[in-house]
Amino acid sequence: MLTCKQAAALLSQSQDRRLVLRERLALRLHLLVCDACRNFQRQVDFLSRTGRQFLGRGVPPSF
Amino acid sequence: MLEAVPASPASASLWDEAFLAQTRRDMTRFADLQLRDRAAAEDAVQEALAEALAGAGRFSGRAALKTWIFAILRHKIVDTLRSRRRSINISSLVSDDEASDDFDALFDHTGHWQADEAPRTWQDPEASLAQQQFWAVFEACLNRLPDNTARVFMMREHLGFETEEICNELAITANNCWVILHRARLQLRICLEKNWFAGEATPC
Repeated sequence: MLTCKQAAALLSQSQDRRLVLRERLALRLHLLVCDACRNFQRQVDFLSRTGRQFLGRGVPPSF
Repeated sequence: MLEAVPASPASASLWDEAFLAQTRRDMTRFADLQLRDRAAAEDAVQEALAEALAGAGRFSGRAALKTWIFAILRHKIVDTLRSRRRSINISSLVSDDEASDDFDALFDHTGHWQADEAPRTWQDPEASLAQQQFWAVFEACLNRLPDNTARVFMMREHLGFETEEICNELAITANNCWVILHRARLQLRICLEKNWFAGEATPC
């Protein structure tokens, strides 16, 4: 069973590479029982979208 | 001192001194955030402005003009990142002040989140994207990232910078790359939670 520390690292990496089946399954199991890591997953996705919107097309939103 | 030479009489009114000065300040701030090198940022801004002034005649409004100027600036920033990444000091990528120990402290000895550090539920984060104040906080949080962490994180978010490309060019292992990106995300997450989503006014 993954620890939160391991799950968080995998969740971060899932933004940058394809996880292998073993990793995806282990992650899914952990996320079933861990609210904090589910939050982390949502927040990492959000950070990605936010970063892309800030750096992407148009004038950056705070400018 | 940059001399404004608009391409046509119509565009002359778009380029008054105040607009030019403000635009230049905004561009420098944006370039600084990503390059973390004032000289490189100013070069990028200078080149972008020169190109922008040459082609400004086609625009009749400032909003479209500013969008286009920032598009040019982005290209310059990406070019600078591409050409400079070989000279980024490799050892400084995993320097002491960016030690992973800082983030090991987020977890207890069994590997679970410490009670105070466990990610909380963020209420309707999507709604924040429409708020100007949120973006000011986001920019401030980006600014707080250590230079090399920030550069790698933002390179990742630009088109054309796949993780493999960043890592190979920096001659670091994929694992090192992921560690840096993970740190960036951990730190950004904490910053946003403390300064925006948790509803506290105290800066981190």
